[in-house]
Parts: sequence; structure tokens; C-alpha cells
Amino acid sequence: MRRTRAIILLIVLSALASAVVGAGNWQSLKDDGLHDPSNPAIGVLQEPGAALSVLAPDGAGNKVDWVQSLQQGLIAPRPSLDGDKEPEIRETRVVMKNTYPMLYVTFPHKPHTQWMSCEACHDRIFVPQVDANPINMGKILEGEYCGLCHGAVSFPLTECNRCHNTNPASLGGESVVTGEGAQ
Amino acid sequence: MKRWSGRLLTMFVIAGLVPAVVAWAEYADVTINTQSEAEGVAPVIFPHWFHRIRFQCSVCHVDLDIRMGAGTTGITMEKLIDGQYCGACHNGNIAWSIDNCDLCHSGRPGLETGVKGGHETMGPGLY
Repeated sequence: MRRTRAIILLIVLSALASAVVGAGNWQSLKDDGLHDPSNPAIGVLQEPGAALSVLAPDGAGNKVDWVQSLQQGLIAPRPSLDGDKEPEIRETRVVMKNTYPMLYVTFPHKPHTQWMSCEACHDRIFVPQVDANPINMGKILEGEYCGLCHGAVSFPLTECNRCHNTNPASLGGESVVTGEGAQ
Repeated sequence: MKRWSGRLLTMFVIAGLVPAVVAWAEYADVTINTQSEAEGVAPVIFPHWFHRIRFQCSVCHVDLDIRMGAGTTGITMEKLIDGQYCGACHNGNIAWSIDNCDLCHSGRPGLETGVKGGHETMGPGLY
């Protein structure tokens, strides 16, 4: 009797757990408000839950930590169509100090270069020179600079601390590039 | 038995307290209806989440010259058949070929061109 109860309890709890963190947590294509439920593609196209539930979880955005998923090897997106190009990984970090009253921003090149080539940003979005880009939160919120991706395909702009993560050694001052390969 | 139903009740109460969080996987699904419905086919839905699992951002946004702005690249079926843009993969070689119309043209009638998702960019008040 005790064992039966324990088994039932386990089944109920696992059902509950899967409802919270499982595949059913992502909106299915037919219910996403975009796809036409009567379209023959529904049932053929991969469902988001099937792909995303096995990736590294995140509390924000679409609940996937895309950088962790890549760094843990859960996904291996090809750097070119035929996959033969070697990604050019950069380790430098750019510390931006003109962020008062928020903490300084440290931009890490590494996860960004794991996701895309230099040309994706340089020079068409960012001039590769410290303090040469007139970035501010207003522009980012309007979808410029970092806001081209963050808030759309990368973690949302409500995650302030993920960028504003560096305690100022002193107020003001010029921004700096640090890390291996910095000049 | 009484104890058991009490425990069951507790579990239901706990289940009720767990917020029904639904993640919107589309999170930058791009919807394109610049010409589709005018030409008599359903709007296009491009899922970023599906493609980024398989390819890095720069494959499309640098190598294939697809711009970051819904409907701004000027994609037409003629260009795709020529092997440009989506047609660089969707040729029956890397990915399924573009005669599978419904797989892209799967949007609801009246769908507007844009970037759709739980979080959106390209304008204030959408976060």
C-alpha cells in the first residue's frame, strides 16, 4: 500500500515537473498566433519544444541559454554553409565606462565570435575602436547597436545585469580593451 | 485513506500555485508578407530558433547578405530559385527544396511583416 502510494506520488510529481520544465512549456506552432493551424506544414515542421527542451535552460527570453548551449556542445551551428570555415574566436573584452549611474559594461568578444564572424558587426554596426561608437540605451531600445540582436534573438534588454556587470574602479574615464590579444 | 486525500489536496494546491509559464519559442520569428498574399499564397514565417541551432548568425547575415530588418532584403521567389538567400540551402541539397511551398508559406491570413516574439526589438514599448 505504502509502495503504491509512493509510486503514484512519483508519477504525479514527475507529471507536474514535466509540465513546468518540459517540452510542453513552449507554445506549439498551431497555437503561436502566427501559423495557420489548417496549414499542411503543421505536423511536418519541427515543434519548438522538441528542439528547445534539450538545450541549456534560461530564465529569460525564450528560456534557452544559447551561449551555454553552444559552449556545452549541445548544439554546433556551422560557421559556413558547407561547415569548412574555422571560426575566428577573439578573447578580448571591451569595458565601457560611460554608463553612469549603472555599472560599467563589459562586452565579451568570445561568446559573440562563437556565434558569428567579425564582419557581422565590424564595421557596419560597430567601428572597431574604443569609444568611437555613440551607443546609448535609447538607441539600443530602438533596435540599434546591441539592440539589433538583444531583445530579438539574444537575451532581452530587461536583463540589465548581464551587460552592466562591472564595478567601476573610478567614475568616468575612457573605455578599455582587456584580455588576451588586446593592443 | 483520509491522509492520502489530504496529501492529494496539498499537491493540487501546490500545482495551482505554480505559474503557468509558457515560453514563446518564436522569439524573433520573422513574418514576411510583402508580396505573398498579394500573389495568392500564405505569408512566410521564418523561425530563427530552428536555423540558429544549425548555422551561425553570419552564414545568413554576412555570407548570404540577408539584412536584419523584416522585409528589407527584397527576397523574391525568382532570386531563391537562382540560389540566392534561402535558396542557397533550400535547394534539395543542404535543406529541403523550395517546391515545398507550405513549409515556409504557413502564416495566418493577414499576418503583417515584422519580427514577432515574446521579446521584440525595433521599437519602444515592446519589452
